[in-house]
Amino acid sequence: MVNHGPPIITISLAVALVTLLVLPVPGLGQEEAVVASDQCVACHSDLEVLPHDYIVEDVHMKAGLGCAGCHGGDPMSDDDEVAMSPKAGYVGAPAKKDISKFCGKCHSDIEFMRRYQPRIPTDQASQYATSVHGIRLARGDENVADCTSCHTAHGILAVKDSRSSVYALNVPATCNKCHGDAKLMSGYGIRTDQYEKYAQSVHGKALLENQDVGAPACNDCHGNHGAMPPGITSVRQVCGHCHVNNMQFFTASKMGAAFDREELHGCEECHGNHDVKRTADDMVGIGDAAVCIDCHDEGDKGYETAGKISGLLTALTTVYDQAETKREEVSRIGMDDEEIGFVLQEAHQSLIQARTLVHTFDDVKVGVQTSAGTAKAQEALDLAIEQIQEHGVRRRGFGLATIFITILVIALFLKIRQLPDS
Amino acid sequence: MPRKRQRIFGWLDERFHISPLIEFMRHKKVPVHRHTVWYYMGGVALFLFVVQVATGILLVLYYQADEEAAFESVRFLMTKVPFGWLIRSIHSWAANLMVLFVFIHMFSTFFTRAFRKPRELTWVSGFTLLALALFFGFTGYLLPWNELSFFATKVGTDIAGAVPFIGNAIKVVLRGGEDVTGATLSRFYAIHIAIIPAIFTAILVLHLLFVQRQGMHEPEYVAKLPSDKKKMISFFPNFLMRDMLLWLMVLNVLIFLAVFFPWELGHKADAFAPAPSGIKPEWFFMFMFQTLKVLPAHILFMEGEVLGILFFGLVGVAWMLVPFWEIKHRPDKRVRPMTVIGVTAILYIVVMTIWGYLE
Amino acid sequence: MPATRRQFTNLLLGGGLIGWLGSVVYPIVSYLKPPEVPEANVQTVNAGPAAEFEPNAGQIIKFGRLPVIVIKTATGDFRAFSATCTHLDCIVQYRSDLRQIWCACHNGLYDLKGRNVSGPPPRPLDEFAVNIVNDEVLVSRLA
Repeated sequence: MVNHGPPIITISLAVALVTLLVLPVPGLGQEEAVVASDQCVACHSDLEVLPHDYIVEDVHMKAGLGCAGCHGGDPMSDDDEVAMSPKAGYVGAPAKKDISKFCGKCHSDIEFMRRYQPRIPTDQASQYATSVHGIRLARGDENVADCTSCHTAHGILAVKDSRSSVYALNVPATCNKCHGDAKLMSGYGIRTDQYEKYAQSVHGKALLENQDVGAPACNDCHGNHGAMPPGITSVRQVCGHCHVNNMQFFTASKMGAAFDREELHGCEECHGNHDVKRTADDMVGIGDAAVCIDCHDEGDKGYETAGKISGLLTALTTVYDQAETKREEVSRIGMDDEEIGFVLQEAHQSLIQARTLVHTFDDVKVGVQTSAGTAKAQEALDLAIEQIQEHGVRRRGFGLATIFITILVIALFLKIRQLPDS
Repeated sequence: MPRKRQRIFGWLDERFHISPLIEFMRHKKVPVHRHTVWYYMGGVALFLFVVQVATGILLVLYYQADEEAAFESVRFLMTKVPFGWLIRSIHSWAANLMVLFVFIHMFSTFFTRAFRKPRELTWVSGFTLLALALFFGFTGYLLPWNELSFFATKVGTDIAGAVPFIGNAIKVVLRGGEDVTGATLSRFYAIHIAIIPAIFTAILVLHLLFVQRQGMHEPEYVAKLPSDKKKMISFFPNFLMRDMLLWLMVLNVLIFLAVFFPWELGHKADAFAPAPSGIKPEWFFMFMFQTLKVLPAHILFMEGEVLGILFFGLVGVAWMLVPFWEIKHRPDKRVRPMTVIGVTAILYIVVMTIWGYLE
Repeated sequence: MPATRRQFTNLLLGGGLIGWLGSVVYPIVSYLKPPEVPEANVQTVNAGPAAEFEPNAGQIIKFGRLPVIVIKTATGDFRAFSATCTHLDCIVQYRSDLRQIWCACHNGLYDLKGRNVSGPPPRPLDEFAVNIVNDEVLVSRLA
């Protein structure tokens, strides 16, 4: 088909190309776009004196605040005397003790912030003032963290952005920048092994290896802007925020009251703080790995109870393991393990709940779950043995079939004998 | 003949002229001598084949030849379907017994020299049936898709792939790809329930036709007797009834094995798990497998494994063509060459099989 | 005498044959009848008549070898999820007071889309499709 009309396709392409070159398209030449409008960035990048932590994706830059939004001055002028004049509002970089107020200029003003993010909290500066870092800074200690220590100054990214220094997975490394520095911490007598311990802990492994952002990082227990080590009574509450059942059982138990009296650190006494390991049944009881014997000696009531609870758990796990092994065998030989599997799951659930009930430190309460679980595990074991012995039924069927075959064989044999010329 | 039977016979005879056939059948005779017992071996193999077809058809009703579903369908068969365990175990045991009896039948005809003229083609077709039975076993072994069968198939097809020149093509065509996957399962299933049964049945019919047409072979010392000295019984009904008696006993043995030594289900195959220790092929491949294992990695300029495979290939072809190269026995010599060859073969198979299991 | 012997043999043969045939036919006929759950890899399960489900309530059913929780929300929608908690494999339950799915073991909570919203569960519950056909609640795997 011959087309005699205007070359419409060519014209459209040309228009598109020109448009792309002229208009700042998001993602295309961001750098160029920013440079074009912000003379601060233009000049500083030409002279190669941009801040070392500057990235073009910084949230303030992307929101259009630019350098002048925090530092003041005139971003339109390329004359540095004009651009950075106090008359234009230039305030320069704040001193360390003023950083919190500097950021708080906007971040504590909800009326300002809400036009950018309606839901954003505006209590960071006031919380910071109550934190260890804030209090020390106010007293003149310049070695502590300020807003930029964790958030950076010119490379700030949203908390939800996985590249951000305050993204959940990156928080431990950010805190460790100072808290892992032995020279820095020696002045305060603070240990520097928290990150190391944390990385080995069940929380650290969940966060850092499994990338499970539901696992607690430093700020979940210590707070963000109001960072403080949890107080003695509040350790329980902090852990209990996620480990609800354990906290409730513990608080209601005799141990809970005793811990308060002795001013012991709740969960931390037995489980540690930064190095919380995955729990094991041998932590309960009177064996070498048990935590109970750290305080309880042979002869006291606690020692006795620990032994009882440990015994109950062991009884259940023993039967459970036996039943599981048998169920495996049933499956391997090709018998029906479906019902057994369901019963075993119930036993497993009782075991899990019994382990949580350890925190009641009451062998009667634990016993309720363990006996239910042991009964179920025993039921599963019996079912499994029954399946393996089901061959009994089959053998009787075989016997019957053999009888019929034998009759027929005898009959045939007789018949053959009767045939001529046999 | 009773009236009813006579009427049916008459009706059929009118249309198909079957009286000559009936007369032929009625006069068929089977020689009776000290080796008569071996005459039954082929019949037992045939019976077991029929059992396989019957149980196989029943299994097809529940089995699903899909990588995800295969193992579960066998588990379902064994645990939920009434008597499913019985059908499955009978099928597995009868497979092994069938191969055993085919070997026995083959060696008995070998030692009685039944392969001689005019029965060369009976032997050749029979050997083909043996090879097909082994292939039946190999393809069927994969179908439950458990760990052992998956890896045994992997190893088996790897060995097939070691044949020079055409080996890789064979391997890829068998596997339906480079690796053992669901595609392999589909192919093996098709081969096992359609392709081999068709070929096997056709050759079996030929084999039986040859036997019917030519009658039973008589060992030398019987053939030399004058006809009035030869003891004979009629095939129908005497020999046939004895056949059925034996078949009934074999059936009882099968059920006994299925009940007291049921076939296990095993663990579902996982292509990414490391091979479990103790992968073995089925017993009837063990002697070849063990031979390949003990051959050194290199012999002269060839890989040991390739040499082994070629050796067995050549032996197979030679065995199939035995009627044509038989070393005739010289009456003045005590040793009969073919007997020696046969006994050597059996000894080799037995020793290598036992050795394979001891390792 | 021989006639009676012959008769006896024939009787034995006939009787034996019938008995034997019975012992072969009976298993085969039983085998041919499909079992209650007709499939190995269950794709769909009938959870019962829709009317038998109370609103704002949940029920655990067996889906082949898996436990599945079927919920009728307060507004009458049906939802179905895997009932195995993604934390440590306990069986979850529906809490009509919280209007969410709860795990008794460690207080895990999932919303009515199966998403893990609170507590230790690291992943959401697998969702199952629910179709009401002829007033029967049919639960099946998501395509």
